[in-house]
Amino acid sequence: MPVVSMTVNGKAVSADVETRTLLVQYLREHLRLTGTHVGCDTSQCGCCVIHLDGKAVKSCTTLAVQCQGANVVTIEGLAEADGKLHPMQEAFRENHGLQCGYCTPGMVMAAVDMVYRKGNELDEQTIRHELDGNLCRCTGYHNIVKAIAAGAKAMKGMPTPAS
Amino acid sequence: MYAFDYHAPKTVRQAVNLLAKNPEAKVLAGGHSLLPVMKLRLAQPSAIIDLNQVEGISGVEVKGRSVVIGALTRHYQVAASDTLKDVLPALASVPGSIGDPHVRHRGTIGGSIANNDPNADYPAACLGLGATIITNKRRILADDFFVGMYETALEPDELITKVSFPIAKKAAYQKFKHPASGFALVGVFVSKRGSEIRVAVTGAGSNGVFRVPQFEEALKKRFSPKSIEGIEVSPEGLNNDIHASAEYRAHLIGVMAKRALAAA
Repeated sequence: MPVVSMTVNGKAVSADVETRTLLVQYLREHLRLTGTHVGCDTSQCGCCVIHLDGKAVKSCTTLAVQCQGANVVTIEGLAEADGKLHPMQEAFRENHGLQCGYCTPGMVMAAVDMVYRKGNELDEQTIRHELDGNLCRCTGYHNIVKAIAAGAKAMKGMPTPAS
Repeated sequence: MYAFDYHAPKTVRQAVNLLAKNPEAKVLAGGHSLLPVMKLRLAQPSAIIDLNQVEGISGVEVKGRSVVIGALTRHYQVAASDTLKDVLPALASVPGSIGDPHVRHRGTIGGSIANNDPNADYPAACLGLGATIITNKRRILADDFFVGMYETALEPDELITKVSFPIAKKAAYQKFKHPASGFALVGVFVSKRGSEIRVAVTGAGSNGVFRVPQFEEALKKRFSPKSIEGIEVSPEGLNNDIHASAEYRAHLIGVMAKRALAAA
């Protein structure tokens, strides 16, 4: 089995993995970072969205071996070390941007990526359009959209990853 | 998915050598068509040849009267290219309609073209602009490249490295998305470059992307939606499935072609 090394949430990790191991399996089963969820497993629902080298991707449709040398950020890597939530997480909490919470990690990662790409002032139409790749089956979009608009504003001044 | 060997070549040459040595291997670019098929165990490649570390096959540049796009250029990069938006906005508009933002961060133009999914968008852009597909071996005209459903003129040890699109004065792509999948139920790419007029259709043909000669002929007089009014497209050879009947698709081709002409 090949050895794959990458940085996950700022920490260097290395492991023997089967080539067919998906990135999401590697994160959840090897690293025990179970915040990243598997919803549909068919690249549609967005529950597994993480940041790969600064870009939101679906970790159910990426092989772990493809991430050799990559920088991965998961939902666990957003909050500060002392537990203080990332402004986008705080905005989801404030606006009650979730019901069951299953889609939330992917929603938050997609939302942060949206801010990286589109800036801090996001209107409702833009947010809804950009959420194309994230499904919430509680139909809780209304508060998710509100949370993202508020979180985007609160992220003002935060650094964006170099592309 | 089934187990496989994994290779991550650094050059096109290494990739092609690996392909030649592993006839049952599959090439991995963005992975958003191949990995889902492997997860369903519908494909069982002996090896994966991952192109993501290959240098020099990504980027958008203008060369004379063409735009050349590297095979590994991702959908979001093509969509965001200021160069492309400037010289050929119709082509820049194509990848923005593929999948969702996360998918566009991975998917590549070369992968889409090599896969030749009958509902994919890039094949329509290639055929609709008269692109040239450049491989490690040769240059292939789009008219000769797209052979049939998921079938191309590529040989087993041949790899797309770039795609060259002539800069058309007028061009546009209009896509009627399937509301759930986002794939093209019908997508029409139109272009006019000097006296060359092209109308290419994706999503509708049971054999993949195709041109509509009767529209092209009628547009020679005037490149406008009015010129194709009343010209019917035969439902023969069009897809007939739970999403839409062949007749519906035939009608939609005319509608989307007119919209594209109005936008061009």
